[in-house]
Amino acid sequence: MNVQPDNKAMKRDFDIVGKRTPRPDGIDKVTGRARFGADMSMPGMLWGLVLRSPHAHAKIKRIDTSKAEKLNGVHAIVTSKDFGPCDDSLLDIRENVMAREKALYDGHAVAAVAAVSRSVARQALKLIKVDYQVLPHVTDVDEAMKPDAPVINDKLFTKGLDKTPKKPSNIAERFEFGHGEVEKGFKEADLVIERTFRTEATHQGYIEPHACVASMGADGRGEMWVCTQGHFMVRNTCAGLLGIDVSNLRVTASEIGGGFGGKTTVFIEPVALALSLKANRPVKMVMSREEVLRASGPTSSSSIDVKIGMKKDGTITAGDATLRYQGGAFPGSAVPYGAMACFAPYDLKNVRAIGWDVIANRPKQAAYRAPGAPMGAYAIESVIDELCRELKLDPIDVRLKNASSDGSKASYGPNFGVIGLKATLEAAKNHPHWKAKLGKNQGRGVACGFWFNFGGETSVSLNVNVDGTVGLSVGTPDIGGSRASIGNMAAEELGIPHDKVRCIIADTASLGYNDVTDGSRVTFASGMAAIQAARDAIGKLCERAAKIWGIPVDAVVWEKGHARPASPNAGKHEPLSLADIAAQAGATGGPIAGHCEINAEGAGVSFATHMVDSEVDPETGHVKILRYTVFQDAGKAVHPSYVEGQFQGGAVQGIGWALNEEYIYSKDGRLQNPGFLDYRIPVCSDLPMIDTVIVEVPNPGHPYGVRGVGETSIVPPLAAISNSVSDAAKVRMTRLPMSPPNVLKALGRI
Amino acid sequence: MVRVQVWGSLKPAIGGDDSVEVEGETINDLLKALSEQYPGMAEAVRRGVSVTVNGEMYANAVMVPVKPDDEVFILPKLVGG
Amino acid sequence: MFQVHVRTRINGDDTEFSCEADETLLDALRDRLGLTGAKEGCGTGDCGACSVLVDGRLVCACLMLGAEAEGCDIETVEGMADGSKLHPLQQKFLDHAALQCGVCTPGFLVAAKSLLERNDNPTEEEVRYWLAGNLCRCTGYDKIVRAVLDTAADMRKASKPKPAKAKKASAKGRVSA
Ligand code: FES
Ligand code: FES
Repeated sequence: MNVQPDNKAMKRDFDIVGKRTPRPDGIDKVTGRARFGADMSMPGMLWGLVLRSPHAHAKIKRIDTSKAEKLNGVHAIVTSKDFGPCDDSLLDIRENVMAREKALYDGHAVAAVAAVSRSVARQALKLIKVDYQVLPHVTDVDEAMKPDAPVINDKLFTKGLDKTPKKPSNIAERFEFGHGEVEKGFKEADLVIERTFRTEATHQGYIEPHACVASMGADGRGEMWVCTQGHFMVRNTCAGLLGIDVSNLRVTASEIGGGFGGKTTVFIEPVALALSLKANRPVKMVMSREEVLRASGPTSSSSIDVKIGMKKDGTITAGDATLRYQGGAFPGSAVPYGAMACFAPYDLKNVRAIGWDVIANRPKQAAYRAPGAPMGAYAIESVIDELCRELKLDPIDVRLKNASSDGSKASYGPNFGVIGLKATLEAAKNHPHWKAKLGKNQGRGVACGFWFNFGGETSVSLNVNVDGTVGLSVGTPDIGGSRASIGNMAAEELGIPHDKVRCIIADTASLGYNDVTDGSRVTFASGMAAIQAARDAIGKLCERAAKIWGIPVDAVVWEKGHARPASPNAGKHEPLSLADIAAQAGATGGPIAGHCEINAEGAGVSFATHMVDSEVDPETGHVKILRYTVFQDAGKAVHPSYVEGQFQGGAVQGIGWALNEEYIYSKDGRLQNPGFLDYRIPVCSDLPMIDTVIVEVPNPGHPYGVRGVGETSIVPPLAAISNSVSDAAKVRMTRLPMSPPNVLKALGRI
Repeated sequence: MVRVQVWGSLKPAIGGDDSVEVEGETINDLLKALSEQYPGMAEAVRRGVSVTVNGEMYANAVMVPVKPDDEVFILPKLVGG
Repeated sequence: MFQVHVRTRINGDDTEFSCEADETLLDALRDRLGLTGAKEGCGTGDCGACSVLVDGRLVCACLMLGAEAEGCDIETVEGMADGSKLHPLQQKFLDHAALQCGVCTPGFLVAAKSLLERNDNPTEEEVRYWLAGNLCRCTGYDKIVRAVLDTAADMRKASKPKPAKAKKASAKGRVSA
């Protein structure tokens, strides 16, 4: 279903944009031909493996690699000694990819080997002896904040306080956002509810583990094949860590088997490159699933206090939240974004959100789809739900009453532009799902969510071929069908059929710099760049037509894939198609190409409302999702199938986060469930169909009105499901995941 | 002069208020002026900030022009997934 | 390490390979034979990305040793299409946009093919339970389930006439090596 509220902006008819065209990489992906990270081999290739710390926190006293070095078939061993000085901005990454004085979490890399086969590499790892001095550790966020907690980094002094403390602690920084006076607001309320929530760390859970092949030649030139969300980022980071000129490292992005933010940084890539440098041979590294869970970048666990006041008529008078996120052993959790996003759906007079960035003995967190936002939204939307229930108000009406709209002041500061939150709420209210009957032990919940979206550095190149086809090179890896959407936007602009444009992901030597595929930016930014590159090419095509006709270029217009004389005054000339002009390119001045290098700005924010029905089994505590509907503003859905796919995928990741997924650490600080059997992501039989309603409130910052859609979809589910389960169980849930034991506890059964 | 607003935890860095007026014609000018006048701001700018101008988010573009009555907001540097 | 010589038939071709005694069939297919269509998502039998058919049975290639494939008939995703003609499931996956990143797709296709060979008229629930051993993190499964149901409907139409109520096999016939 597609909802287009009245909007004067951008009424435009499209030929291709908005159609469900076949995807260009489809055949390769259904026949097994597509080459993912681990599918690449190179001549003379070695296999690299990593030795990881079994301790959550330990001093590394000595690493003895002598025995391993003597093993036949071993060609290189690296430790932190092989990573020399680097820029300050890379220090944390350098320490995360290879532990230096201390191992900071269970799974932290301490050494790596390259050998002729995986089995030899495995034997070699066993021969490396590491002397550890085990230190006290802390993995829980609230524990880590206590004054007597073991200090992980004695150079860490809390930032963001009025006075920088004299003693180091695990609290990296304090953030505060908001406006108005919350205390005054609470006095105006008829009801104030205050609650504390907890969420556990979860993992992006991409099915393809990290993988790469690195090849460094004796001439100092290197090549890498990597599954990543950003091969330009991999190039710059690896070059920076190993002191290589950026131009001497060429990185090609493989097909990528999911990322969701987890592949926006490096883990094994610099290690493979260091091994290759030492062995002087190509080195392939592939993480096992256990390594992915123990030592890539999961999201934060959190502990959140929320206080919200409401009048009897549903007006929210004040909102106050304190969010505490642990982001692993290094500063930089997503807490500022959680604090900025949590109240964003509401236009509040008095609002404050405080965020604490905390470190703990866990893997360094990486971005996960709308980083930091789902937990914050979970806490706020839960309290709003409870207020509605207590005051006997309709939760959608209350949200509509308080919803942010065009021009309202966002809780994090600036004023919003054109936004679509109310449209998603209206769509939800009018959907049959909202009125459907519920049975025994069943409940319904709704929640809203917000994500910023952004653009970023983008470079695109478009070549017009002699036969009238077009080659489009972009630098942003295609995770979910973006080649189709970007190619379609170029075809739309050029006025040629979509299958005449072939969109490829170019390597780092072939294009200018591109930021990583993240922040829901690709369809927005690469699409915008593709449109501009197409316009650049159209300008040149018109010049050629002008030359052929012998008229000034401003007397030529481009319409539906053809150059035409602008008016009768320009003379009578048969229109020239793109193919006609391309065929004469050589004779009229050489190849025709369009380029675009931009820092794309103007990514419109995106809001969503989710609605979910669940059933709770009071005997076992098991929660079943019965029905799920996503209402989200996409601005303009370039390829509706992939927009729906993003909505559905985000909702289901949210279901996993809400119901099953969690990092479980034992007392000794080791991860207890590093496998898909125990870290259980939703499977097919857990789920119903996921209905989607695409709302289109065009983004004025994009030529076609596009907004990023990839991230917002994971923001509302935690809250929507928790509200639904609370409705079904008749008790307020305040802890994720709502796994059977946690539900039984909440029901007072155990 | 352009009024620049900062996120809550930066208030102490600019003397306790949530906004301050500085001279400048681009985001770059404003950030430079702030860094020169307030050491706390210099530190924040060095670590990276995002700036919104009339609600439009600029993650790292600094040559964006600003006018005296624009609404300018400084926020922590954004990342995505 | 000591290597074993193995004779098999893979996607219709007689194929021989040597592998280490403790090497999985998945590693042998991918690293020795260049058949990288089957993926390793976990290596522990939990994700189904490595699904192949061995003598017609659906197995996780990461849970079977290469040496155990001696004398077996193996089908992988690379053998599903008939030359340039896609298998109906492959076509429907494309039509329904049942893949985003596509890394789980080979496993889903092989598993779904084995379902439809046993049961040409599965209910949604039967599809969901049969495919419960295959993980997909991108799609939320919605479009995958639709693609499989739609393929089954088409295949039934193509193989008419048949009595309206086809006999149903149990969805519990899945074997994980
Ligand atoms: S690789 Fe996951 S089941 Fe075989
Ligand atoms: S499409 Fe990415 S895991 Fe299924």
